[in-house]
Amino acid sequence: MADITTEVDNTVTVPGRPPTLITGDHNLTSMTDLVSGIAEARKPPRAWYIAFGISLTVTMILLAMIVYLFLLGTGVWGLQMPVAWGFAIVNFVFWVGIGHAGTLISAILFLFRQQWRTAINRFAEAMTIFAVVCAGLFPILHLGRPWLAYWLFPYPNYLQMWPQFRSPLVWDVFAVSTYMTVSLLFWYMGMIPDLATFRDRAKTRLRHTIYGIFSLGWRGSGRHWHRYETAYLLLAALATPLVLSVHSVVSFDFAISQLPGWHTTIFPPYFVAGAIFSGFAMVLTLIIPARQFFGLKEIVTLRHLDNIAKFILATGLIVAYAYAIEFWTSWYSGNFYESFAFLNRAMGPYAWAYWIMVGCNVVVPQFLWVPSIRKNLLALWVLSLLVNVGMWFERYVIIVTSLSRDFLPSSWGYYSPTWVDILTLLGSFGLFLTLFLLFVRYLPMVAMAEVKSIMPQAHPDHGEHRGSGQYWGQSPHEHRHGPEEGHK
Amino acid sequence: MSEQAPPPDVAVAAPPGHLYGVLAEFDDTPALLRAAAKVRDAGYRQWDTFTPIPIHGLDGAMGIRRTLLPWVVFGAGIAGGLGGLAMQWWMNVFDYPYVVSGKPLLSIPAFVPIIFEVVILLAAITAFVGMLMFNKLPQLYHTWFASRAFASRVTSDRFFIGIEARDPQFDLDRAKQLLADAGSTNVEVIAEPDPPQLPAWVRKYAAPVAAVLLVAALVPPLLVAKARVTPNQNTRVQLIPDMDRQPRFLPQSANSLFLDNRSMRPLVPGTVAAGWAELDPVFYRGIADGEWTDALPVEVDRALLVRGQQRYDIFCMPCHGWDGEGRGPAAVTGQEKSPATWVMPTSLTGPVVRERPDGHIFNTITNGIRTMAPYGDQIRPADRWAIVAYMRALQLSQAVPLDLLPPGQREQMRR
Repeated sequence: MADITTEVDNTVTVPGRPPTLITGDHNLTSMTDLVSGIAEARKPPRAWYIAFGISLTVTMILLAMIVYLFLLGTGVWGLQMPVAWGFAIVNFVFWVGIGHAGTLISAILFLFRQQWRTAINRFAEAMTIFAVVCAGLFPILHLGRPWLAYWLFPYPNYLQMWPQFRSPLVWDVFAVSTYMTVSLLFWYMGMIPDLATFRDRAKTRLRHTIYGIFSLGWRGSGRHWHRYETAYLLLAALATPLVLSVHSVVSFDFAISQLPGWHTTIFPPYFVAGAIFSGFAMVLTLIIPARQFFGLKEIVTLRHLDNIAKFILATGLIVAYAYAIEFWTSWYSGNFYESFAFLNRAMGPYAWAYWIMVGCNVVVPQFLWVPSIRKNLLALWVLSLLVNVGMWFERYVIIVTSLSRDFLPSSWGYYSPTWVDILTLLGSFGLFLTLFLLFVRYLPMVAMAEVKSIMPQAHPDHGEHRGSGQYWGQSPHEHRHGPEEGHK
Repeated sequence: MSEQAPPPDVAVAAPPGHLYGVLAEFDDTPALLRAAAKVRDAGYRQWDTFTPIPIHGLDGAMGIRRTLLPWVVFGAGIAGGLGGLAMQWWMNVFDYPYVVSGKPLLSIPAFVPIIFEVVILLAAITAFVGMLMFNKLPQLYHTWFASRAFASRVTSDRFFIGIEARDPQFDLDRAKQLLADAGSTNVEVIAEPDPPQLPAWVRKYAAPVAAVLLVAALVPPLLVAKARVTPNQNTRVQLIPDMDRQPRFLPQSANSLFLDNRSMRPLVPGTVAAGWAELDPVFYRGIADGEWTDALPVEVDRALLVRGQQRYDIFCMPCHGWDGEGRGPAAVTGQEKSPATWVMPTSLTGPVVRERPDGHIFNTITNGIRTMAPYGDQIRPADRWAIVAYMRALQLSQAVPLDLLPPGQREQMRR
């Protein structure tokens, strides 16, 4: 998997001409070979082994921390009244936020016909699913008796009780599990044609059987494609409001309560913007090394990275606006406790966390105004890491500062995590990366069928036929003597 | 469905050499689209195109009508919305009404997020499953895969059109000609493959092995059934004990933690446990100036007598009887069971107890007397005095002085 491809600057748009989304001289065959070759190589690049070894070790740390927690209880964490929501909830909100870019790229950019999404959507969807896996872990660990987590679901039980549906915590259960299910469906459905490609190219019986089972017998039938594309469009239309709703519901966990600093109506849009901000940063963190090591520079071009950087800049500005307007709202409310909560964030005992947050989320993205920085891979990569650090601290600031100093000074406190908290957070990154590395090794990392369908070869009027697109005759509605079957 | 059911006027039974159909390969999208329009116009019904990518305009070229899938998904969304509302109404309003902050039981705004999620969940699952069902997927094998070119390249870079032999107007030569004329680079005739045969050893041993496995599969349920009807003294296996059982020292057991090896700790000498000072000798022991007191140290009123009656009926009645005569059900039973040795309880209304001072009766309840057990640790002091007061009432009821009766009854009793 040598670095055979070269970097081409295709970020400049020439008016009147479609942007170049695939650099290099590619046709359907070479595109299939390039993407399938990654998962078909006998051995992945050495960097993959090193990364996998490290992330698997870190995952083991996570498992050890979970066993330790189960044996001794949540007392091993730094939770102490008044801060009863510590790292676990911070990490939950952080990971759910990361999980927002994937579905945004697949669904919303699909509806807006942003063709550049095809190169990164599979990648970002996988990232979404693994991030939601990490996110789902934390509230369950936080339960104290995690083996009773199924009590959250409405099922007939011997207690003769049902969940309390006015509670945002129950909304969370529904929102996150729906998001997980729909993201998984979306990801898997998009992958079926590519899995079929893997099946048909398989050299061994085992590969042929396994990819054969998961590709469900896909054979690229025109009638199948018709329903498939309809279903894909429907899923995109369904996932679009869903992706906006999930972080809104997560923000309700805070906004529905009456704690100063939490009880604000700006939370849903503010959280959604932050989620997209952090999700795109994570996409950048992962895709810059991946395109380098797996030779995908011609598919994931500088233009793609440039677009992602612009998304980060835009959502970063929304987040910055939210930070500013929070102060204005608290001052304008005339409410003593609200004003105190926000002054305490910026100048209280957690000021260090607040200013890390502002530095990473407000100051750092401003560098993206400069086009040359948007083309500098190293700068982009470091910047994406900083944005994620900033977004983690945003959740830390929101949760911990508000809880640690509420209405009654006699019950104030200061939260500090324990080593178990820190290693559990670290371990969740290990789990995320382990799943991700397995994905790039065994599954189609780029949506081949979709990338191929935006290539010039896919268009009926390419080559010598350009401009003569009349071969399909009458439209189906005028067509009376044609085939009636295939209609479902 | 029509793709599966052949029209009745076609002889599907024995096409020449199990003919399945004709498969034509095309180089690129324009060629495929042109050919698809030609096959469509030739009036074929049982045919399909196969492409590695979705092609814009192919639906029209093939004459495919729009799928009903969006309507099915719409229906699923509506069902999800109504179902989500109905679920929350049933669970939080009807079956187990939750009152939260005085809000109405059916508070629609709070139910909206979950209604929304259920709509999306149901509609998304329906879109996916519906797509598969309408496409008749998953499918383990399809005859077109018999073509090597098809099986290796249809999902990567080549385009195909296949016309099936079960089409009512299928004619092998005409179909081949049509596809060749349409610009196909390669036309293949595909035969229905022979049904796959399992290896001989599988066919030989499959039935006996299956029978043995079937019998073996019955063993675990039988063991479970046996365990369910067999009494077992062992404690249940609890994977997650949830603090149901905790290590502790039982009373009256040895405990090497202490020098005297007893798990129960005696009182520290010279101390009195909180609430156990009992400084008033009259109230707590019935003793005034070294003698049994003959005046109740509590105020006697109706409430005290009612309380005394209630305590008496619980603690004293079983032996001494409802009326205090000593013929309670326990005493009667004891007399019946062992008439030779049984000692009937003392009559509380008889002269012996009647003459006793209140303090003495209080002490008897507290510490017991002869065969009567002490009740001091079961009845609180105030209740013991209440019982004493009630006993006095019982005694009075059995022997009322004439001058205490109302005048009318007094005359009655004299006669």
